[in-house]
Amino acid sequence: MAEPAIQLIGINKSFGAVRANRDINLEVERGTIHGIIGENGAGKSTLMSILYGFYHADSGEIRVGGQPTAIRTPNDAIAAGIGMVHQHFMLVENFTVIENVILGAEGEPLLNKSIAKARSELQRLERDYGLEVDPDAVIEELPVGLQQRVEILKALFRGCDILILDEPTGVLTPAEADHLFRILKMLKDEGKTIVLITHKLREIMAITDTVSVMRQGTMVATRRTAETTVEELAELMVGRRVLLRVEKGEAKPAGVKLSVKNLTVKDSRGVVMVDGVSLDVRAGEIVGIAGVAGNGQSELIEAIAGTRRAQSGTVLLDGRPIDVTGHADPGELRDRGLAHVPEDRHHVGLVLAFEEAENSILGYHDKPHYLRGPFLDIDAIHADAREKIAKYDIRPANDRLKTANFSGGNQQKIVLAREIEQDPDVLIVGQPTRGVDVGAIEFIHKRLIAMRDQGKAVLLISVELDEIRSLSDRILVMFAGRVVGERGPDASEGELGLLMAGVEKREAAE
Amino acid sequence: MVDALVQLLDATIRVSVPLLLACLAGLYSERAGIFDIGLEGKMLAGAFAGASAAAVSGSAWVGLLVAILTAVFLALVHGFASITHRGNQIVSGVAINFIAAGSTIILGQAWFQQGGRTPPLSGPARFEPIILPGADALRDVPVLGIIYSELLSGHSLLVYVAFLMVPVTWWVLFRTRFGLRLRAVGENPAAVDTAGISVTWLRYRAVILTGVLTGAAGAYLAVAQNAGFVKDMTAGKGYIALAALIFAKWKPVPAMYACLLFGFLDAASIRFQGAEWPLVGRVPVQLINALPFILTVILLAGFIGKAIPPRAGGVPYVKER
Repeated sequence: MAEPAIQLIGINKSFGAVRANRDINLEVERGTIHGIIGENGAGKSTLMSILYGFYHADSGEIRVGGQPTAIRTPNDAIAAGIGMVHQHFMLVENFTVIENVILGAEGEPLLNKSIAKARSELQRLERDYGLEVDPDAVIEELPVGLQQRVEILKALFRGCDILILDEPTGVLTPAEADHLFRILKMLKDEGKTIVLITHKLREIMAITDTVSVMRQGTMVATRRTAETTVEELAELMVGRRVLLRVEKGEAKPAGVKLSVKNLTVKDSRGVVMVDGVSLDVRAGEIVGIAGVAGNGQSELIEAIAGTRRAQSGTVLLDGRPIDVTGHADPGELRDRGLAHVPEDRHHVGLVLAFEEAENSILGYHDKPHYLRGPFLDIDAIHADAREKIAKYDIRPANDRLKTANFSGGNQQKIVLAREIEQDPDVLIVGQPTRGVDVGAIEFIHKRLIAMRDQGKAVLLISVELDEIRSLSDRILVMFAGRVVGERGPDASEGELGLLMAGVEKREAAE
Repeated sequence: MVDALVQLLDATIRVSVPLLLACLAGLYSERAGIFDIGLEGKMLAGAFAGASAAAVSGSAWVGLLVAILTAVFLALVHGFASITHRGNQIVSGVAINFIAAGSTIILGQAWFQQGGRTPPLSGPARFEPIILPGADALRDVPVLGIIYSELLSGHSLLVYVAFLMVPVTWWVLFRTRFGLRLRAVGENPAAVDTAGISVTWLRYRAVILTGVLTGAAGAYLAVAQNAGFVKDMTAGKGYIALAALIFAKWKPVPAMYACLLFGFLDAASIRFQGAEWPLVGRVPVQLINALPFILTVILLAGFIGKAIPPRAGGVPYVKER
């Protein structure tokens, strides 16, 4: 039997007091797709960064193709035939595709020759793997799916036999993700070894041959994918049973809290993103908006929440209009009981350089109970933050920690705690569980259901169709800026998928 | 008329040279992601060290070498603070400006006792004008003759070097592996790091190039354009060079035009001091002297469109965590 492509033996790595990896052993067979699954912060990325020479292990041994290999820098990893597609792309955005591909692997001191060589090599890769991309396109003008393809090309151009992909589908549309999986299968058939890091169980089941589960820095199990189930993997990841389907009672919708009529929103390029959308959200219900990313959902909730100006239309909050075409003020809307959990928590929802406690009151910092005269009441703010940390199980439980140092799921909990604990009447939530691990997803879903049961109106947008289906009492589907259909929570995935793809279907019984 | 214009342009070239060298110096550093507000200080220290060494040794070449070494040393200090120790690049640059402004006067007084000046340079201790072949013979050809003999000929070596550095910089930046990596590290150092290239070493090399060019700019001021060092002789040229760099959007050829424009204003302000103008009459000297700075403000305030600096500029590179 052939030597395994990769063997990691007794890898340990600490960042300060945090043990990110402890005594990790891992074997990856040649020519397979090996999944590594675990919650955010389980140490998956750290482990792969060690394999790629980006971090140094405190102890342990790496063998590539059976040979003990010292990997101290990415250069060593590249020389050993290891390539990595990072979660956040390592591309120079204003460079062309070909410049990015050759960077660091130019071969010649002058660019003319190396670019000419790279051009023919790229043509070969395009032919062999169907990795089409215009070599002279500038990166920042490419969609993320193609940018990722450039990352894969970079690795292949350096002649990698082992390709590591860190959370590759987080930024992709479902169609792009499917295309990526086809490429990965093709690479596998060519004899490449692929390590796929993800926290999405469905991807693991769909594409991997074997799967290893990490939890809190340790490797807890390795299974053949064919011999395991989603439930078992989820349990291994979290360390306890996980409800993959949210349990909830009947909705008891009351009066209309939020009413949107003929709302039209253009984006910064002047393209109509929301095209005459009307919808109502009643107290005590969750209305979910499904749709492929980029069909106007983001612009819709931004316009309602007052962070983007609408061109026309009206929005009524509790019967009173919001000045969505003029100077809607998010601060004023908060006072009127509308809370907004933005889609992009890193740039809009949080100030990552702030302490947790500061973020936990941001936007509400002028409320009297956080103030002492004209000054912030620091003690009250910290007491309040600690209360939220306990209630939402935010980890680590340290309200003085810089927010950037929390994992994605915990950052999301900070935003949710801030908005929900102000007891709003209407909650607008964008992508509540994007980049959030299974345990936190369950928690967040329960909180949203609890909001509903308290008689709040919740408007939810998410690109995760499962999430929309399991939370919503009514589902609206958006396509090309319009609401193209409304369905109940029991609508099938296939039916919603067709609507999301813009395929109109006349219903006999209406 | 032609004579006057040629003289004005000739002066433009002379005063543009230190701007151009400093601007290209800043271009290497900032393209690599290290902001350098300390061009002024390095130029000043280079001018002083160059003039001192030339005075002591009697050789302009020794002066140039010492000027470059001094500026490179200060550039390495900036690199040590901002690359190795990930310090604030503006603070480090300002500190270098202060050190240069203060120490040149103190050392100048201690060594030469001439009120902060260095001894006047003459003969081989200065870079002499180079007369291009046939300049004298062609002087009498109408228009072209005077352009060749006055405008193009008769400058010191460093003038030609400075203008030659423009295409050389362009070529290095856009046609070599080093240039590709240099531009990449100023945009996204993580991409460079994961491609297996040392961010630190790359940035140090950029900073050293900055030192070399600011040293040459200083040497030009004290050993070629003037015959010795006078305190504060850079007089804000390092800052104007930074403005020109932004104006040129960090590109070598536009940088040359920007420096020539600022140089032209400078030369014009000297030439038109006290001149009578139609309609407005005599314009105060102070206003004329302020023109380059006023223009800088106006240009930077919006006439140049959006100037996008290298994206990683000013940000120390730290791996995640």
